[in-house]
Amino acid sequence: MSPRSDRIAADSRGNANRRAVYVFLAIAALALIGLADSVYLTVEHFAGRAVRCTITNGCEEVLNSAYSTIGRIPLAPLGAIAYFLVFSLATLSAFGNQITRTALLYLVGLMLVFSIWLFIVQAFVLHAFCQFCLLSGAVTLSLAVLVAIERFLPRRS
Amino acid sequence: MKRYLPFAIIAGVLIAALAGGAVLWRSAKNTPTESFKDPTPSATRPATGNQTPAPSPSTSGPVAPPTGPDNAHVRGNANAKVTLEEYGDYQCPPCGQLAPELRTIEKEYGDQIRFVFRHYPLQIHKHAFLAAHAAEAAGLQGHFWEMHDMLYQNQLSWSVAEDAKPIFIQYAGMLKLDVNRFTKDIDSPEVAAVVTADSQRGASVGVEGTPTVLINGRQLRPEIVTPDGLRAALNYMLGKK
Repeated sequence: MSPRSDRIAADSRGNANRRAVYVFLAIAALALIGLADSVYLTVEHFAGRAVRCTITNGCEEVLNSAYSTIGRIPLAPLGAIAYFLVFSLATLSAFGNQITRTALLYLVGLMLVFSIWLFIVQAFVLHAFCQFCLLSGAVTLSLAVLVAIERFLPRRS
Repeated sequence: MKRYLPFAIIAGVLIAALAGGAVLWRSAKNTPTESFKDPTPSATRPATGNQTPAPSPSTSGPVAPPTGPDNAHVRGNANAKVTLEEYGDYQCPPCGQLAPELRTIEKEYGDQIRFVFRHYPLQIHKHAFLAAHAAEAAGLQGHFWEMHDMLYQNQLSWSVAEDAKPIFIQYAGMLKLDVNRFTKDIDSPEVAAVVTADSQRGASVGVEGTPTVLINGRQLRPEIVTPDGLRAALNYMLGKK
């Protein structure tokens, strides 16, 4: 391989790596939005305050339904933990860690499945939508798209 | 140094999240008790007389007097100086959670307050209107409150039923009502008119969701509607510290 083609290959790898770093940074930023949303809902839950919607009109119905907990554990703190993990894994991946990159794929996949189920519950079981839950769902969907872009789009090497 | 940078960022976000949560928690915990304190001098406090209180930071209305007929169901001392009023929906989960708390508060304050319940069934709840009709139908036989309590106590079971009417009829039987009359009344236009009038009255005073609680006609902000918040508000209206 000529020095010129070596340089082109190195540039391509550099571009691909830079692109991956930007994607991981976007994932981390989105995870922060999800984290803020979940922390707010967690605090409101444990403070026993009624969360009122300003855009949709079903916050109380959704957040006080039987689907808002797993056993006795409310979903909001579980969401906060999940988003914090996504942030941590994305940050470590941005710094080149390969193991966290794979873990991120599985975690976001799991969150996407859970978010879809929660959306179905809101739409077809409770017939009520909570804007904070919809925001969380939108964040998770965006995370999944970004993870898929990073993971599955063809990479140059 | 670069090796530790991601961990430093992660730790920073964790600390920020915990600090943010702590700030929110403090504001949430302070709201019910502190925000009901009214800056108006104690001499003008509405502690005596069933009048409209001065605006308080914890209240948000009403902006207009209620309109329409008054079909209020009243429990407690009819001549009490303080009226605790709820616009409720029997199928709304927060109303179901609030119901035992309100019952405890009613017992705790005894003759000092009177409790008023009005219907505000929401369209999103499949059986809410029928449940309100059931309470009114029981009320026609003088057992409104018994049915009211039974509906809230068993909310989780009838809410998920495909058809709630047989369950309500069963409750009427358990309360030893005239079941035939109850079955007829539950679908009567008179009972429906009472529920509709309550809803319209609620809308006229600015009720937008359930549970909405008013004390002496002034609507409490949703965040005040907690056991501690209600006690603080009632104590304030009763002139207690």
